[in-house]
Amino acid sequence: MRMGKTDLPVLLPQRALPQPTEWGAGFSTRWMTSRQAIVLMLVTGLLLAGSAFAQQGGQPRANLASLLVKWTPLVFSGFLFNLLVSIASMMIGTIAGIILGLGQISLLAPVRGTSWLATQFFRNAPWLVLLFFVMFLLPFQITIWGITIPLPAWLKAILGLSLPVMANVSEIVRGGIKSIPAGQWESAESLAFSRRQILWQIILPQAVKRMIPPWMNLYAILTMSTTLISIVGIQDGMTLVKGALVAEGRVDLYLPLYGALLLMFFCYWYPIARWTQSLERRFAVNA
Amino acid sequence: MQTLAEFFRWLADARSINVSIAYDPIDQARFLTGLKTTIWLSLACIAFSIVIGLVGAWLQGVRSALVRGAVAAFVQFFRNTPPLVQLAFFYFAVSSLLPTTTDSFGQAVPLINNVGWAIISISLFCGAFNVEIFRSGIEAVPKATAEAAESLGYSRLKAYLYIILPLAFRICLPSLGNNLVNLVKTTTLAYAIGVPELLYAMAQIWSEVLNVREMMVVMLITYILLIGALVWVMRRWERTLRIPGYST
Repeated sequence: MRMGKTDLPVLLPQRALPQPTEWGAGFSTRWMTSRQAIVLMLVTGLLLAGSAFAQQGGQPRANLASLLVKWTPLVFSGFLFNLLVSIASMMIGTIAGIILGLGQISLLAPVRGTSWLATQFFRNAPWLVLLFFVMFLLPFQITIWGITIPLPAWLKAILGLSLPVMANVSEIVRGGIKSIPAGQWESAESLAFSRRQILWQIILPQAVKRMIPPWMNLYAILTMSTTLISIVGIQDGMTLVKGALVAEGRVDLYLPLYGALLLMFFCYWYPIARWTQSLERRFAVNA
Repeated sequence: MQTLAEFFRWLADARSINVSIAYDPIDQARFLTGLKTTIWLSLACIAFSIVIGLVGAWLQGVRSALVRGAVAAFVQFFRNTPPLVQLAFFYFAVSSLLPTTTDSFGQAVPLINNVGWAIISISLFCGAFNVEIFRSGIEAVPKATAEAAESLGYSRLKAYLYIILPLAFRICLPSLGNNLVNLVKTTTLAYAIGVPELLYAMAQIWSEVLNVREMMVVMLITYILLIGALVWVMRRWERTLRIPGYST
């Protein structure tokens, strides 16, 4: 970003935005103090419990609190599956994304062009659409040299989620490498480093630090998106909540049970989000 | 138009590439309705989420610690939970607590239908991000400017509306654009509660005509064009609002 002379000295120069990825990246965040966060969690929990206790009485129906106790472990197991899917997709997406991102700075024009096109394509398509794409268009098994490899639905879902992750990681890698001043390249070249040596020994070690906060933000988005797999028919936390609600057939159970699932995601992610924020501050690029 | 339809009919018969929305009037109508719903849904959510963002950012600057805490809780809650679960939470859980009204056939209908809940839920979700975006813009406006406004006798609200916001808005337009792109992508979630938007219409078509592959490609291209149009509009807007000499 060029910080030219300003005609209007009243404005502070805009903060250099980190790599613009998906939600959460690119703008700083103000956080609640941890005390406020604990209060928020407590209040939500109390509201859930309160709504559970408030509606018991009268009929000989099981009270809501006991229903909640009965179903929460099942929902939690579904939630754990969501986390598992998110970690697997993140791993596959990161590895593929690093390759694609390095492809984007390749010296060979065809490699560069293809990587750029793939990145833009998968970055701009909605996650749910990509998930449908993979679920419907991959066969349920593939045969290579007479060996049949089955592709179960959960594997396809992981692959489907890792496509947008790949494209976003690719942009993060490219952005991180571009954020290293050109002087680093030039001075390394003048010291007779080869291109590969410059990349691996000089540029990447500096760039990785800057890539970590946006990468963590991406993981947040992925974790939140794993519930999408319930739409394409895989049993995750969301499906189990729906199943439990159908099994009980109680309208008043809807709010506490969905609330419990929301709370699980919140409790998992909030501490990591705070940590990411502190990393962001530590690695901030002072442009 | 006719020859184009003929071409696609030939493509379906001879090459078995069945782009049924190009020649079948029923599928075409479905596609267009879905497209219209998606565009309408996106525009409504964009408008509401920007309003939520502006109001939230203003509330984050008020004196009352309670209000500030409430806004912070709102932002953290909606940013750190899955949008799909939020949508289900609103549509199934909150909706079940609201009273129902009776329609002209005497049937009970919920107070807010699925389109309404989709708009509310997606607007709140993206609005929470907009609050943070606008706040970062407001922080980039120097304190001296706000103090100057105060010394000229502006009230806090007036200073926010006439002096701070116009500057802050320009600063945060790029990140706002990013978030709005994500909003358009998020509208596909409304499929889960049966809002007849583009993904829903396409799923209807491909489950009847059995042309999943072709419809998928058409859908991806449509979304990329939609998002491309949004990005183009945001770029134009950025250029129009540019303060000469300030940004690159």
